[in-house]
Amino acid sequence: MTNARKLLVALLAAPAIAIGAEEVKLDRAPINEHDLISLQRGAQVFVNYCLTCHSAGFMRYNRLQELGLTEQQIRDNLIFTSAKVGDLMKIAMDPRDAKEWFGVPPPDLTVIARSRASDAGSGADWLYTYLRGFYRDPVRPTGWNNTVYQDVAMPHVLWQLQGEQLLKTEERPLPGGKKVKVQKLVLEKPGTMSPLEYDRLVADLVNFLVYMGEPAKRSRIELGIYVLLFLGVLFVLAYALKKEFWKDVH
Amino acid sequence: MAAAEKQPVTGAGPFNGLLTWIDQRFPLVSLWRDHLAEYYAPKNFNFWYYFGSLALLVLVIQIVTGIILTMHYKPDAAQAFASVEYIMRDVPGGWLIRYLHSTGASAFFIVVYLHMFRGLMYGSYRKPRELIWIFGMLIYLSLMAEAFFGYLLPWGQMSYWGAQVIVNLFDAIPLIGPDLSLWIRGDYVVSDATLNRFFAFHVIAVPLVLLALVGAHIMALHEVGSNNPDGVEIKKVKDTKTGHPVDGIPFHPYYTVKDTLGAVVFLIVFVIIMFFMPEFGGYFLEYNNFIPADPLKTPAHIAPVWYFTPYYSILRATTENFMWVLAAGLIGYTILLVTAVKSNGARVAIVATGVVLLIGFFTIEPKVWGVMLMGAATLIFLGLPWLDQSPVKSIRYKGWLVKGALAVFVVAFVILGYLGTLTVTEGRTLMAQIFTLVYFAFFLLMPWYSKMDKTKPEPDRVTWRGAH
Repeated sequence: MTNARKLLVALLAAPAIAIGAEEVKLDRAPINEHDLISLQRGAQVFVNYCLTCHSAGFMRYNRLQELGLTEQQIRDNLIFTSAKVGDLMKIAMDPRDAKEWFGVPPPDLTVIARSRASDAGSGADWLYTYLRGFYRDPVRPTGWNNTVYQDVAMPHVLWQLQGEQLLKTEERPLPGGKKVKVQKLVLEKPGTMSPLEYDRLVADLVNFLVYMGEPAKRSRIELGIYVLLFLGVLFVLAYALKKEFWKDVH
Repeated sequence: MAAAEKQPVTGAGPFNGLLTWIDQRFPLVSLWRDHLAEYYAPKNFNFWYYFGSLALLVLVIQIVTGIILTMHYKPDAAQAFASVEYIMRDVPGGWLIRYLHSTGASAFFIVVYLHMFRGLMYGSYRKPRELIWIFGMLIYLSLMAEAFFGYLLPWGQMSYWGAQVIVNLFDAIPLIGPDLSLWIRGDYVVSDATLNRFFAFHVIAVPLVLLALVGAHIMALHEVGSNNPDGVEIKKVKDTKTGHPVDGIPFHPYYTVKDTLGAVVFLIVFVIIMFFMPEFGGYFLEYNNFIPADPLKTPAHIAPVWYFTPYYSILRATTENFMWVLAAGLIGYTILLVTAVKSNGARVAIVATGVVLLIGFFTIEPKVWGVMLMGAATLIFLGLPWLDQSPVKSIRYKGWLVKGALAVFVVAFVILGYLGTLTVTEGRTLMAQIFTLVYFAFFLLMPWYSKMDKTKPEPDRVTWRGAH
């Protein structure tokens, strides 16, 4: 099983020009929205690696108190700028500069997990596969390409942790004698983390991105249960009332 | 009439004086009697008769949540997307209001579609209820306009490109098209100007029309009285002493308590969706709409929200090859009409219209006809009171021909709706074309098949628990 995980992503041979990320089979993101430690670590990875180029411009730092942190902890560990704890998670980079450097300004990530959902999988699955799907590609200006986001403008920011992967094509026999070309990622130069550690890190980051996409989700579900219980009682009363009145209808 | 001539209000205990004072200046008692306490509704309403009151409930939900959203939303291209996320995060309870409104929009269409289907099944559009049906259809059209304008407001990619695609359709109209679409947008592309005017239409213009039409719909209904699952008039058999229909019961309290029960059941379903799956798998809130609108980046697949997709399918089905099929259909239908009418003047008019359309089919580009067909598909419902020639109203007493036609129509509508959410392939276009023909055949051939249909005799009075 660990060997299989080392291969990270195995995907069907997609035409090189295909932009359609739908063609790629997405891995299931192993995330747990109730795991506060994972969410805290995800927040830490996010502010360290993502929040320099990507903003989270609809999210406030102090909302992270929901993850079990105090305002002081947020100030000390998660804010590296002059931002106040009640500020939105914005960045200093000018979008015009960003466009000059990357070709496109890096998108805001507040609701990225919601926007990346599709028939192929949840937004979390897409992000989890994407962040583990970078490989070396000398043709690209950044030197990196990605399995689920062909010709992505973003370089592999986490490469020191993951190491360098290559996309290798191999032929596999199908039942019936035919052969099919399968592309898969192979870890060429290991990084500072083992593949398992790296997967865990990405999962925590994705967990945080999912949380950030809809911080009200937990209260939504909680309130939903109470409202349903209330409506259940109301149903019994409304049913009894209707029955009582309709007794006279012959 | 002098105010003092009115009888004093009795039976309200300590409020008698106050109510008398009001009633002598405002028709309080007569309104209460005419529309609730002494509005006699058939006693045999079934499941399908809940959706009228439910539509009213959803309308109220939409208005109340809409007012609150307006307090926090910014109709500005630079701030709109962020203000929606601000409502979702920083406004206390804002997420609840927003989800109520977004789920309510889809719920509105579900309820209205089921309400319309009820009308189709029980012949609720037949004489003397033609105007109720027409007001209802105008409500439906206003609702589509309301939904279309509202969908731009979150200013996501689907909002933006959906509006772009629909407004661009007007481009196809000969001569005035390009100027017309420019006038609608207020700019060369969908932009801040478009957002501002769509906001104005969404929050005030269309709701005013909608409310007026809902009023007219209910007034017309209470003038002629409700239809029922048997499609027989309860006013035909009246109690000799009271003068009230024997099979009628006062709307209040009988249907107010029954509709309350229906509202609770509806709310249970509504709440399950809203609290536990507000995106509803990308159908109620499209995933792409969480990406801010970008005029420079066209999404690979632009799909309207689910309630528009049957018509979107019809639009996309109208390809160049399909024009030949339409032409053949037009010729066939013209011949059918010419043989059916008796006056020579009508024959000339029919042939002339047919020829003009036929020339148009091959001189004006198919896109225009796609738009026309899409419009015709929504407007054709208005003709139902005159297209239906069956001697009975309710499906209970109709034969297999009409029952089958209705079933096939519903299947066609659902399949067209499903196809409208997907990307185009050759096979899907063919399917959409076939079901577009089925859709129109249901209406256009109705005068013939509804007459040929073998119906059963209607009962004199409504059926109720196996008897009268």
